[in-house]
Amino acid sequence: MDVDGLEVHFPYDYIYPEQYAYMSELKRAIDAKGHCLLEMPSGTGKTISLLSLILAYMRNRPGEVTKLIYCSRTVPEIEKAVEELKRLVAYVLKETSGEKDLRPVLGLVLSSRKNLCVHPEVSKEREGRLVDGRCHSLTASHVRERHRINPSSVPICTYYEGFDAQGRDSIMPPGVYALDDIKKYAADRGWCPYFLARYTITHANIVVYSYHYLLDPKIADVVSKELSKSSVVVFDEAHNIDNVCTDSMSVKINRRIIERSTANLQLLEKTVSEMKEADVRNLREEYERMVQGLRDASAARDTDVFLSNPILPDQILEEAVPGNIRMAEHFLGFLKRFVEYLKTRLRVQHVVQESPASFLRDCQQKVCIERKPLRFCAERLSSLLKTLEIADLTDFSPIILITHLATLVSTYTKGFTIIVEPFDDKTPSVSNPILYFSCLDSSIAIKPVFNRFQTVVITSGTLSPLDMYPKILDFHPVIMSSFTMTLARQCLLPMIVAKGNDQVAISSKFETREDVAVVRNYGQLLVEIATIVPDGVVCFFTSYLYDQGVIDSLQKNKLLFIETQDAAETSLALLNYIKACESGRGAVLLSVARGKVSEGVDFDHHLGRAVLMFGIPYVYTQSRILKARLEYLRDQFQIREGDFLTFDAMRHAAQCVGRVLRGKTDYGIMIFADKRFSRADKRTKLPKWIQEHLKDSLCNLSTEECVQIAKRWLRQMAQPFTRDDQLGISLLTPEQLIERAAKEMKENDPLAILAN
Amino acid sequence: MKFLFRSHRVEGEGHVMTTSSEDVLLQINHVRFKKSDGTLYVMNERLAWIMENRDTVSVSHMYTEIKLQKISPDGKAKIQLQVVLHDGTASTFHFVNPLGQQNQIKDRDDVKDLLQHLLPKFKRKVNKELEEKNRLLSENPTLLQLYRDLVITQVISSEEFWAQHASQYAQKQSQKQEIGVSGAFLADIKPQTDGCNGLKYNLTADIIESIFKTYPAVRKKHLEYVPHKLSESEFWTKFFQSHYFHRDRIHAGTKDLFTECAKLDDQEIKRDISAGIKDPLVDITSFEDKNLDEGFGNSVDKSTQSQSGNIVHQNMIKRFNQHSIMVMKACQNATPPNLPSVDNSTSQTNGSCTNSDDYTVNLQHKKMRIQEKITYHDLEDTSLKVTSRLSLSKVERYLHGPMPGSSISISPEELAYSHQQIRREIEGWNSHKTQLINPATAVNVLGELTPGGILMKGYAQDSLAQMVPPDLEQEIKNLYVSLCELLRHFWACFPPTTTSLEEKAVHMHEALQRFHSARLKVFEDKIIREYTPLSQHLTSHLNQLLNSAYRKFGIWHQRKLQSIR
Repeated sequence: MDVDGLEVHFPYDYIYPEQYAYMSELKRAIDAKGHCLLEMPSGTGKTISLLSLILAYMRNRPGEVTKLIYCSRTVPEIEKAVEELKRLVAYVLKETSGEKDLRPVLGLVLSSRKNLCVHPEVSKEREGRLVDGRCHSLTASHVRERHRINPSSVPICTYYEGFDAQGRDSIMPPGVYALDDIKKYAADRGWCPYFLARYTITHANIVVYSYHYLLDPKIADVVSKELSKSSVVVFDEAHNIDNVCTDSMSVKINRRIIERSTANLQLLEKTVSEMKEADVRNLREEYERMVQGLRDASAARDTDVFLSNPILPDQILEEAVPGNIRMAEHFLGFLKRFVEYLKTRLRVQHVVQESPASFLRDCQQKVCIERKPLRFCAERLSSLLKTLEIADLTDFSPIILITHLATLVSTYTKGFTIIVEPFDDKTPSVSNPILYFSCLDSSIAIKPVFNRFQTVVITSGTLSPLDMYPKILDFHPVIMSSFTMTLARQCLLPMIVAKGNDQVAISSKFETREDVAVVRNYGQLLVEIATIVPDGVVCFFTSYLYDQGVIDSLQKNKLLFIETQDAAETSLALLNYIKACESGRGAVLLSVARGKVSEGVDFDHHLGRAVLMFGIPYVYTQSRILKARLEYLRDQFQIREGDFLTFDAMRHAAQCVGRVLRGKTDYGIMIFADKRFSRADKRTKLPKWIQEHLKDSLCNLSTEECVQIAKRWLRQMAQPFTRDDQLGISLLTPEQLIERAAKEMKENDPLAILAN
Repeated sequence: MKFLFRSHRVEGEGHVMTTSSEDVLLQINHVRFKKSDGTLYVMNERLAWIMENRDTVSVSHMYTEIKLQKISPDGKAKIQLQVVLHDGTASTFHFVNPLGQQNQIKDRDDVKDLLQHLLPKFKRKVNKELEEKNRLLSENPTLLQLYRDLVITQVISSEEFWAQHASQYAQKQSQKQEIGVSGAFLADIKPQTDGCNGLKYNLTADIIESIFKTYPAVRKKHLEYVPHKLSESEFWTKFFQSHYFHRDRIHAGTKDLFTECAKLDDQEIKRDISAGIKDPLVDITSFEDKNLDEGFGNSVDKSTQSQSGNIVHQNMIKRFNQHSIMVMKACQNATPPNLPSVDNSTSQTNGSCTNSDDYTVNLQHKKMRIQEKITYHDLEDTSLKVTSRLSLSKVERYLHGPMPGSSISISPEELAYSHQQIRREIEGWNSHKTQLINPATAVNVLGELTPGGILMKGYAQDSLAQMVPPDLEQEIKNLYVSLCELLRHFWACFPPTTTSLEEKAVHMHEALQRFHSARLKVFEDKIIREYTPLSQHLTSHLNQLLNSAYRKFGIWHQRKLQSIR
């Protein structure tokens, strides 16, 4: 297939027109070496188009693009992407087997130790943190040192040793490796898959991993430091990318952390004094290193670094560590003072909000801690922990957290805020002070990514309104476009239900939320929909309201499952929901609008024939962090609070309803049950592919009308739908594609002449 | 009181009743049937109604024909009783005692009670069996064919056929479909106020069954308590009062019969959770691919949130989920009742390797799920690849090669041309002596290649297959099916370790012989008459099968005789 003069191997016999459009836009962005922002409906094969175009680019112009870094959000998404890549590469190999110039593709996925560990005992741990800790205690350089002296008493990980002995010398054979493939490959050779993957990403052509490996400076510094500039970075499912950015730079400290870090400090002191008696040399050496500068000190092996410096690479300090924290005892004393200071800060009766600058000033006044040494805290501590040869770092996580806070607060003065809340809003009587150090500016974390890589692609099914993202992420895309879905039949039915049968307007507005009539109308709507829609119905709530009568009548038609706060319980409920749908019994899933289900689980085909969005999923506006962020956005980027809130709410709503439609053969009803959805400012913020089907006649319905329309539509959808119906409209053969391209050329030509 | 019925034709029934003397167990006057008054008689074997001022019986239902009786609900103006027959028709009797409704009801209830007592005795067992067999035969064409071939030709007796050969079919049929569990069965139990500050729950057998199925713990409790410690109704009263049922309402009821049940259920769910979720796309716990400590990031902590939430709500939600999950489970457990036993035996034999098997199975499952998710079916070309078919104009030429006598016209010029060509080739030909095989092998191979040799074995049959007409083919198929069925049972008797097996072997041997003479011989005769060229080629294999069975039996028989001596 030919996209704009580039030969692309597309592993299917047919193609959607929007996939073709998507590829040509993407190609233009890569040509221009700029960033781009692309929205394409879910289920139209975004990932495969993206992968096949970039792979083709890499094959045909190897000088310009050397690497693809594909980031997605959840583990299943990552696995899906790798699986698609596998299929694509297999297809390309088949197609080009005749050519001499075979450029082998090495693609692999990187994940946390928890998902990759093959150590018989360590991999049994269920929590990622524990896996990391235990891994570290088996592979840290000093542990291995000790093992060399005393092999019987100090256990090490044989897999890592295996990797260390041979793994670096040999190159993985080309191919695409999913998590399990890496595990198998490494286990066969007795190597550690995690370190193998980390080592291999530096020379692999395609890397697939989670956002955090690129966006979170703590991890990115360890993992993604050596990726070349001429890479294309793709953030898929990127509608929440700003939150990931701010999250990765924020720290939260409560009383428990303070207490535990005090305990940590005591333990550290003890170790230091013990070591002093036994072996002064070690500490002495460390001191010397400090004098020389930090960089040399951390010429460490990859296994030693647990979490690296929380600040960004370009701000890394080249100076030597200040004198007053060079000695171990001095440094511990220094930290102690800082922790004590934090403790006093937590002892407040009312909410405090301040900027990092005033925090620092206060800090200097009260405990005489200057800004400069604070900046070195994180590095200094990791160096100390290494010197003290502390194996299991999980126990020291509180003090590490504190040092990170110290470094962050002293490095950034803009775009951050400090909020101390003495109690939880819901339970004002219980004292539970929390200090939030919160990042307000999502562009800080992503900036190095934009600067470093030539092309960054941000894509998702729901990015509308597109112009918001360049603003909040502070970058200038060369291409920004939103694709709609070409459909042979109208397979999605968005509707806005604004009132109940009794004409009472329904809305999740704060004032009317508790209103009996509104609750009743919501209940009724759900029951009616559950009665007429076959198989699965998914329903997103903004808050829990319930009515016994509603539930009774619901249960008559379908089984009822509800998302809970416990992820494991919810998973079980989901599993049974799927079973219920598959058995033909049908089920209703009630879930929370901003919960995990709305973010990561797809309800394709019979698993979700209808999705109801009860109310507009506004974020909890009373949160102080949010308020601070809104203020910051207004001051810095001229984004009005209301705009941002609506934007945020609408992207969540779109995300929720988008769960139900995963392809062109799929069909689903989308019901927005809130009067406010029909307002222009909300409606226009929905993705284009939903908006174009949301006709005016569907915008102000009562429950009864909605049910009637849905019934008629469902009857239509139940008719058999074949490929022939789609061909030529929403599905193209290669010939049709060429034809269409030629036609467009003809149409464009006169314009081109005019322009000249 | 004795009645003597004369012989008469019963209107509308179409069969003649023989004169018989019957006991009249109950006689009710003032019973209306189809708008005319008359008298209803409840007798030994039937229900009869005689119109007023007549002496013929106009309605007569044998109890064996009656499927069930129905009565009009309380409070209806008309007091009626209806009997529904097996063939679906029904007769309704209207009680019109002039002494008032009370007496009408009494009349009706008398009849009803008596019928209730009588009807079960006449359940049509024999008929039902026949019906069942009939249905089986009509639903399974193969079975019907077997029946025709074996029973009607009297190779084996009918009883034997049903006992042995059709048993697997019957078994399959007898597995009744389980009644499912409605999701709303608990909600369906609508409490009714009885006026004096109490609640009345209406429980039916179905609901109880549903409760038991969904909540095995309650069934267990029921088994423990009901006969000896509590009465049935007390048990259910307790159930409804309990915290277990009203789980959303926080009762301080400390010592409750059902708290244990609730705990058991909780444990069950916990176990399920800890067992992990196999489907990677659903397991939310492993979605996140970062493991930072608490404290990093500004997302709200889940643990703190749940504490602050309303406990009542949480319990409610949990209860709904649990309920739905239990309902699903109840329905699933019912489906494969006999499969697990097989699974157990295999897993026991596998023993040590199950663990790794599990892992690979999981992997495959995961792969499959992901593959399923990423394929776009409409983008793929599903049209089947059309392979070119071999089309032959002259089949026999393809099979046999050129035959002598087949008229191929060749012009003299062509003949001359090819003659020349052959000559030229012969001239140019020189033998590659090094590549020749030695004469002995060559002769051998040639021998095998001539008809009758190993390499030409399929030859005769192949051509045979071409010549058999379809109806004959069908007949042979049937023969095979029947014979195989018999042989299967015959060979199943060996080695005959028990006397019953020995008997069966002898029996089956006889059956085979009968089959041979009654079916196979007849068939062979027919072939020889009508399709001479095929002769006994067609049945040679059948005969072979039979002969080997005979041989086996002969040997066994001889040995047995010897051992007896």
